[in-house]
Amino acid sequence: MKKKYMSILLTAALAVGALTGCGANDSKQKDSDTKKADSNNDGEGKVINIYSWNDEFYKRVLAVYPEVKETSKDGSVTTLKDGTEIHWIINPNQDGVYQQKLDEALLNQADAAADDKVDIFLSETDYVYKYTDAEADAAIPLKDLGIDPEKDLADQYSFTKVTASDEYGVQRGSTWQCCPGLLVYRRDIAKKVFGTDDPTEIGEKVKDWNVMEETAKELKAKGYYTFASYADTFRLYGNSIDEPWVKAGDTVIKIDQKIMEWVDNSKKWLDAGYLNKTVKGQWNNDWNQAMGSKSKVFAFLFPAWGIDFTLKPNWDGDNGAWAVTNPPQEYNWGGSYVHACTGTDNPQHVKDIILAVTANKDNLLKISKDYLDYTNTQSGMKEAAKDNKTYASEFLGGQNSFEYFAPVAENIKIAPLSAYDQGCVELIQNSFTDYFQGKVAFDKAKTNFETAIRERYPEITEIQWPK
Amino acid sequence: MKKKRKSISYAKWGYIFILPFFASFFIFSFIPLADTIRYSFFEYYRSGIKEIGPNFVGMENYVSLLESDMLKYAGNTIILWVIGFIPQIVIALLLAAWFVDIRLKIHAKQFFKVVIYLPNLIMASAFAMLFFTLFSTNGPINEILMAIKIIKEPIDFMGSIFGTRSLVGLMNFLMWFGNTTIMLMAAIMGISTDIFEASELDGCNSIQRFFRITLPLIRPILAYTLITSIIGGLQMFDVPQILTNGQGRPDRTSMTLIMFLNSHLKSKNYGMAGALSVYLFIVSGILCFFVYRMTNGNNSDKPGISAKLRKRARRG
Repeated sequence: MKKKYMSILLTAALAVGALTGCGANDSKQKDSDTKKADSNNDGEGKVINIYSWNDEFYKRVLAVYPEVKETSKDGSVTTLKDGTEIHWIINPNQDGVYQQKLDEALLNQADAAADDKVDIFLSETDYVYKYTDAEADAAIPLKDLGIDPEKDLADQYSFTKVTASDEYGVQRGSTWQCCPGLLVYRRDIAKKVFGTDDPTEIGEKVKDWNVMEETAKELKAKGYYTFASYADTFRLYGNSIDEPWVKAGDTVIKIDQKIMEWVDNSKKWLDAGYLNKTVKGQWNNDWNQAMGSKSKVFAFLFPAWGIDFTLKPNWDGDNGAWAVTNPPQEYNWGGSYVHACTGTDNPQHVKDIILAVTANKDNLLKISKDYLDYTNTQSGMKEAAKDNKTYASEFLGGQNSFEYFAPVAENIKIAPLSAYDQGCVELIQNSFTDYFQGKVAFDKAKTNFETAIRERYPEITEIQWPK
Repeated sequence: MKKKRKSISYAKWGYIFILPFFASFFIFSFIPLADTIRYSFFEYYRSGIKEIGPNFVGMENYVSLLESDMLKYAGNTIILWVIGFIPQIVIALLLAAWFVDIRLKIHAKQFFKVVIYLPNLIMASAFAMLFFTLFSTNGPINEILMAIKIIKEPIDFMGSIFGTRSLVGLMNFLMWFGNTTIMLMAAIMGISTDIFEASELDGCNSIQRFFRITLPLIRPILAYTLITSIIGGLQMFDVPQILTNGQGRPDRTSMTLIMFLNSHLKSKNYGMAGALSVYLFIVSGILCFFVYRMTNGNNSDKPGISAKLRKRARRG
């Protein structure tokens, strides 16, 4: 009897034990036989570990870094001419997997063997602040690496430099892309509704929110949606907030007036039928389908990567069906930052890679040409805007999108960032979804946001709503 | 003396053979378990990449959990479980009674047993993913319904409390009714055929036989099924997590306890998550105690079945 009792207890213990195991880290990159290369830089390690969430950076390094010799078939190891190996450690962004793995590696950075140390890691605008934080000291200031932001990165757009700096203004990362956003619209729908698909004339119809609303009415009358989902417009409001979600060192979330404007307008637009009610947020199947030829959605708001990386794969019709024009409000969305990781054993290589991918104008122009990125070179992009021959996009029916990106990029005023941006952006959209869909009252949506944000960030003490 | 020396003790081999289990249990389950309980008394989480704590806070985590919506999520969990369990046990009883009935002469019994068990073999998350796609507003189910003109506008299944909860219930039912059927079949087969024969001679019809003989005699197993299913239900998360993208939409009405736990683990809040686990542990422990009492209680009829079945069953 006792034994049976014990076995039941143990089974229950096992069950609970299994639940606790969730956070365990098993991702430690196994160092496959690191062959000793004959020639090697003095004092540099033999392995450069790069953490990223997709192959974006990988492709760009292979495209422009001159030292690259070859890459293994599975793409996980790139060998440089001097024998140094780059190990690509790629974990998906979904559900915060990438950050979990990276955080784990960063916590072990001090104790890791030289060849296991993280050398370069990437971050997105939504959480760049988490890693550039001066106190956390995960990313090396560029100056310490031997890069002078004033001189070496003079041609970069200044807002990208601000974004990659810590609270004392020390730049701790650099990016090859700059992500001004545009309005991408369906030419066939434009012709049917407005009688023209000319980007300048359509641009007039979407030049600000008031005009945009009139346009939305016209589209609605003909049975079309203006945008797919309320989340589509979020970046335009969310990235123009005046104050950060959380002030540095503070534990109070201040919700900006702009966010509430987004909530009000989204509700209004959804109820008016300007948005597709069945598309709930972004990055889901319904949203992807809204970019297909059967969809009734007129436009999307996308930066360069969105057109190439999201819209193009989801579009099932011919090239030339979409065109770009100015958005109702200048905005910036996304951007991948490259950081040198504290404790790296390959500072020289890291510096070279960062300079090659983010500061060399010729390389950046090549990236623009090959991957349609709006790259981080002010003078280069001015040239590209005028060069309709080289930069004509096949997908956009021969339109040179850089012509439209350039003025937006000039006017971007980057919103003040905080380390909590990602959670706030994600949870406010989630919480108010129920409100937009008419499932809960406005106040209930607010409380749901408060509950969710406190779960995500236990240190938050207070949430302040405007008014 | 001589005699004693000759007898060999095989007991130590027994111990050696079970040692690997105990060693791995100790390392991989017992230590984390003890740690979970220990951390539940600490403030211990991560802010960005900075670790906060562990600072001892006593029962604070437990208190703040009680103040939070934990009980609401417990309610959700129970509701979701009930929606899945009721059809599951009814169908399983019916099928088990039919399959075992010799006079019905059902052909290809083995085949059906395999088929009804199959959904259990699919990963719950894959199953949930499938349903998510099938029932999405622009998904195939809506398209079919619209094509055969049953509805005009697509139904937003996952947008309503009723829709989401029924989908979760439906999935749990589909996944577990096969398992339960097989368990109940074993229980019914354990009843002596003499009793059935005797009842027939006395003029019992099949409905009477089911309610007066089968059901009372398998009651211990039924109770066992019920309790293991509650314990399994308490830990439910994969289906609603995938179906609602971890949000428990709409309005957190399909947020289960373990999903609540998961959202704490996003910030690596080991303290709070530990406290929640301890609550769950206590509830599961109490339920386990009931299982133990029911299956090993003083009913004399068939002590053998319950022991045999317990080995087979996991949850359901």
